[in-house]
Amino acid sequence: MSSWWSWEHAIGALPTLLDGFKITLLATVLGTLIALVLGLIVAIIRRSAPSIVSAPVTGVVEFVRMTPLVVQLVFANLVLSPYVDSTLAIGIWVLGIHYTTYMAEVYRAGIDAVPTGQWEAATALSLPRSRTWRAVIVPQAIRNTLPALGNYAISMFKETPFFFVIYIPEMVRNAQTYGGDTFRYTEAITLAGLIFLAASYPTSLLIRRLEKKLA
Amino acid sequence: MPENTPHLEFRDVTKSFGGNTVLNDLNFTVGTGERVTLIGPSGSGKTTILRLVMTLEELTGGYIDLGGNPLQYEERGGRRMRVPDRQRRRTTQQVGMVFQHFNLFPNMTVMENIVEAPIHVMGLKKAEAEAKAEALLDKVGMAWKKDARPSQLSGGQQQRVAIARALAMDPEVLLLDEVTSALDPEQVGEVLAVLQDIAAETDISMLIVTHEMQFARDVSDRVMMFDQGSIVEEGEPDKIFSDPSHQRTQDFLRAVL
Ligand SMILES: Nc1ncnc2c1ncn2[C@@H]1O[C@H](COP(=O)(O)OP(=O)(O)OP(=O)(O)O)[C@@H](O)[C@H]1O
Ligand SMILES: [Mg+2]
Repeated sequence: MSSWWSWEHAIGALPTLLDGFKITLLATVLGTLIALVLGLIVAIIRRSAPSIVSAPVTGVVEFVRMTPLVVQLVFANLVLSPYVDSTLAIGIWVLGIHYTTYMAEVYRAGIDAVPTGQWEAATALSLPRSRTWRAVIVPQAIRNTLPALGNYAISMFKETPFFFVIYIPEMVRNAQTYGGDTFRYTEAITLAGLIFLAASYPTSLLIRRLEKKLA
Repeated sequence: MPENTPHLEFRDVTKSFGGNTVLNDLNFTVGTGERVTLIGPSGSGKTTILRLVMTLEELTGGYIDLGGNPLQYEERGGRRMRVPDRQRRRTTQQVGMVFQHFNLFPNMTVMENIVEAPIHVMGLKKAEAEAKAEALLDKVGMAWKKDARPSQLSGGQQQRVAIARALAMDPEVLLLDEVTSALDPEQVGEVLAVLQDIAAETDISMLIVTHEMQFARDVSDRVMMFDQGSIVEEGEPDKIFSDPSHQRTQDFLRAVL
């Protein structure tokens, strides 16, 4: 009975693991959306807003990027939990904002890679600034950055276990809890790892294919 | 035939990049419907003149007026004031520019490239803008490629689309900066032919920079020879090309012809 692997416990852990996986997935999807949208806004502000606006934004971005996600999670939870009911919401926003700073850099590189001739053609057609961004610059910038954005999404996915520090029942935390209750850790943790692999490996293959197609 | 009313007027125009003065106290006018070609050695400031009219460069000193309206700066109460961006855009809406490297939007089809500004700047309905674009594409011989992407076209084809895109805004002034010099030799003719048609069929004022001397001779009412940011001499093309008065013009023409 004391063999290192028990199928009984593997199957027993599965439901709670899948519950946790749902949270992991939700956090990844929402966090990615937040980072995609805010990252673009930050990149555009840093490129085009007057320095009264762009300097403080740059300061905040650097600060967030230079501090660890775990510290941000604990800190945000400490400060916000009296006002926000859902710890999960706090976790998702922290994750999303943390990755906003990376995605903003990716967008910035993509925006800089759009040739100046494109801006000049837009000026020659008298296109308003906002329309130039929307119809000309952003579509070209995003095309250059899709693979990098996809890789950050995967990386967010793999960082969701850090949510354990604020007690969010994502998959790895549930695996721990199952282990604590049954004194069988191996099966639950192994399965959690396999589920991560099963989700991120095909996604990264997809991104590599996208990369090739865009190149 | 050009009229005598100045359409585009350079008054005491100065342009420096850093400490390097490229244009110094330049004065000239282009009449309504007039075609003026700028020639001169590399670095003499021809492109800079066109870019100033398109507001792609900021004037260092002086004024440029378009149809009587100040383009970048105006004199008010004895002071030189910057024209606000919105008003600049309204004035430059009358100016079209075709670039050496076409600068089509690669994320749009040929048709989308052309209707973009008519819809979003002039406020045309999509159907109206597309009908107009069709007619223009027909004129430049590119209607059959209206759903293609710029990357699927040859250089000459891209440039013809770029010409149609500029014309779609009904410009009163068209700026052409060496529009054939990035093309393979066998594609130069098709672009020049299109421009010659447009010159013959419209009364758009044109400011042209080109190394195609035969083309310059055919379409220009006047040729201005530049050197180091100043006008060396100007006159009708026959005069300038056959019997230039200045040694520097003679040397330049001998080198390029
Ligand atoms: N953005 C810039 N920054 C600094 N110097 C510039 C800039 N643009 C142009 N210049 C300088 O201004 C001068 C005139 O350049 P311009 O491009 O107008 O010449 P051009 O007559 O069009 O020459 P070419 O026949 O080679 O196209 C050159 O000495 C050039 O180096
Ligand atoms: Mg030039």
